[in-house]
Amino acid sequence: MQTSSAFLQLLVAGISTGSIYALIALGFNVVFKSTGAMNFAQGEWVVMGGMISALLLGTFSSVGVACLLAVLLVAIFGLLSERLVIRPLRHPTALLITLVSIGLSICTRSFVMLTLGKKPVGYPGFSGATTISLGGVTFQAQTLWIVGLTLAFLVIMHFFFERSMLGKALRAAAADREAAAIVGVRVETTILISFGIAAFAGALAGAIITPLTLASYDQGAMFGFKGFSAAMLGGVGSLPGAVVGGLALGLLEAFGSFYISSDFKDAIAFAVLLLILFVRPSGLLGRADVVKV
Amino acid sequence: MTAKLLQVDNLFCHFDGVIAVADLSFSVRAGEIKAVIGPNGAGKSTLFNMIAGVTRPSAGQIRFDDERIDHLPTFRRARRGIARTFQNLQIFRDMSVLENVMVGRHMRSAAGMTQAILHSSALRAEERAIAAAAMDLLDRFGLASKAQTQAGTLSFGQLKVLELARSLACEPRLLLLDEPAAGLPHAEADRMGEIISSLNRDGMTVLLVEHNMRMVMSLSHDILVLNNGRRIAEGTADEVRRHPEVLAAYLGEAEDA
Amino acid sequence: MVEADESVRRGTVLVARRPSDHVWLILIWLALLTIPFIAPNAYVVSLANMALINLILIASLNLLMGFGGQISLGHAGFFGLGAYASGILNVKLGLSAWLGLPAAALIAGAAALVIGLPALRLRGHYLSMATLGWNAILVVLFNQLVDLTGGPNGLLGVQPFSLFGIRLDTEPRTFPLVWLASLLIMLAILNLLRSRLGRALRAVATNELGADAIGVDSFCTKLLFFVLSAGMAGIAGSLYVHVNQYASPETFGISGSILLIVMVALGGSGTYWGPLLGALIYTAVPQLLLDYEDAELMLFGLGMLVVLIVFPGGLANVPGAFMRRFGLKGRS
Repeated sequence: MQTSSAFLQLLVAGISTGSIYALIALGFNVVFKSTGAMNFAQGEWVVMGGMISALLLGTFSSVGVACLLAVLLVAIFGLLSERLVIRPLRHPTALLITLVSIGLSICTRSFVMLTLGKKPVGYPGFSGATTISLGGVTFQAQTLWIVGLTLAFLVIMHFFFERSMLGKALRAAAADREAAAIVGVRVETTILISFGIAAFAGALAGAIITPLTLASYDQGAMFGFKGFSAAMLGGVGSLPGAVVGGLALGLLEAFGSFYISSDFKDAIAFAVLLLILFVRPSGLLGRADVVKV
Repeated sequence: MTAKLLQVDNLFCHFDGVIAVADLSFSVRAGEIKAVIGPNGAGKSTLFNMIAGVTRPSAGQIRFDDERIDHLPTFRRARRGIARTFQNLQIFRDMSVLENVMVGRHMRSAAGMTQAILHSSALRAEERAIAAAAMDLLDRFGLASKAQTQAGTLSFGQLKVLELARSLACEPRLLLLDEPAAGLPHAEADRMGEIISSLNRDGMTVLLVEHNMRMVMSLSHDILVLNNGRRIAEGTADEVRRHPEVLAAYLGEAEDA
Repeated sequence: MVEADESVRRGTVLVARRPSDHVWLILIWLALLTIPFIAPNAYVVSLANMALINLILIASLNLLMGFGGQISLGHAGFFGLGAYASGILNVKLGLSAWLGLPAAALIAGAAALVIGLPALRLRGHYLSMATLGWNAILVVLFNQLVDLTGGPNGLLGVQPFSLFGIRLDTEPRTFPLVWLASLLIMLAILNLLRSRLGRALRAVATNELGADAIGVDSFCTKLLFFVLSAGMAGIAGSLYVHVNQYASPETFGISGSILLIVMVALGGSGTYWGPLLGALIYTAVPQLLLDYEDAELMLFGLGMLVVLIVFPGGLANVPGAFMRRFGLKGRS
């Protein structure tokens, strides 16, 4: 009995962290699709989401309202960032955008530190500090919010990319820039929107995880690497891949830290990740690059 | 009876169920110019890529000098003596024209890592020989004045010649030319034809894919005609020209166009 | 014919002009030799030591990334592996620093071989991912294998290099060693780039299909330079640990690896002299910004963005860009 309830407890923890990683990986993948670049600023938006939510909670008494506004603000920040540092590039190669995103991440982190302070912040969950007991497993109600909101966002994203004109335009531009440009899709606009979506996804992750973990200006790099790894694990550029990769990474960490050693949690997760990549180089759901001669 | 340099036996290639090349057998004799022609989608490029090692055949054998090469990666085939040019050019654009040709000498030179790091006298001598050989090739093709220019700045026609010079730097025994005249204006295409026939006079075996019929007919000793991945005719220019299936295939294409 | 002769002459000039980079290298290093004599205090000399160690790191990463087109997110990890390997061999086994130096190079190179064998067979972001994971694992090991590494407190009690019974434990005494090591590494890189191997590397980086077609083994070429680059980082690590007589895990984290990539880009990725500027920035800018405390990070980030947006080719390309603008023949 003991082991089975521990197993379930770990499952819940893994899925909850995995949802966060999936959101970050999704943001990472959206930008990768539109630019071919690795966006190192992704993790900073997660931190911003949590810290701005905490700030707004002083003005709006509802956690939900504060978080929603914070996520929208960060999405606008993402759009502005693109206009300020990506748009001015004369030859926006994938490598250059990647490098610029490193600069952007440094500036964003510093901006958060200077304006919102160095102290970790937190706030109660959307249902307060309620805990739920189910089948011998006890977890915070916020865990359900995390899983639910992540799921809702993924469903919206799915319909956005599959059904809406804008979503289709984004996919077309990602598949073939020149062809998309010919049918009137502006590549600059798709990059702009991808930054907006990525910032939104990151901030959402930050806003919903902060009640459980607190948010601090210096966590961005960690979130970024986790999202990057989840994206790689699932298959870079693939949206379902982000979900699978995020959940796989979350579960790996949860089970690895319990059954092997929490000190080596990251090492275990990365070692398994490397092994999987050696066996399936394009990620769990990704497709291998095909080079045309 | 001249020796068969390249021999292709019962070659098949299909992608996702679509047959690109089916049961194809032919050979290239040492010293000849052989052309592969056919309407668009006939399987010429696939055949070419299988010989060069970019595409794996689904079945069949490719022999070079009586040894099977169909399992070898591209660079190993190049080292056996098969050099190629590309239809859409694969030039080292950031390197100088001279360096592009010098890389072609890579497999004909031997200096290892230690010699390179120590900049040994053997290495320096070899480097001078490589540069001289590359310069000779550039001279021969009229590109010597561009030796120090960044390759990416050359005109399309010059790049075609440069790529040819680069492949010759490998001292190949079989030269695969993928549409050497495609995209070239009349005069430059003629000059390319002259270069190819002069190489052949010096003993080079050439297998080429080309759409420019004037060039194919005037250059080739032997022509292989493909349609829908199969051989429909093989022979001299005159034989092929009169072949009813060839006429049908090309007229059919002309009507579609 | 006249035109051809002219070009042959120009070709010979190019080949003959090549030693000029060697000459510049010697001249610059001779000038650097004066640092211990003109430096106002030992601190400046220690900065010079650090700058030259950083130069080895950045130049070796530039060899892989700038000339080979392969992005490693684990260069600081190889640096750390070299530092801990050499340091632990010294502290636990009493092995001399002089033996630790080649051992560090070999261990870092061997690690790169193990990672590169599967990772370099594939294109794209695969090496980045593998090296990122590798670096993350190393940081955990540096922190958690406390018995071996000293854990988060760092590895203490590392002995300095010693020569004829003289311990090289002060800044002016370590300087000649670091000076010589960086010179030899820079020379090795220059010679490699000027050889058939360096040409093959650049060819593979710009066009792998083209390189394959003329008999260049792309995989082996990339692997060779990945291993070499990691080995050089290992040398830098050994120098670092014996010069500072200390190593701690945070020096070798992923953010360190990312900063090294940034320095390669700021200096001028794929230019021979770029890493010199990159190392200068890496070492000097944090010192210059020290007075600005909290704003330091912001100024650094903004400066980086400005350079990348205005001079995407890096600072080493700035003179060339100016000369081209004024119609003079520029050289990168």
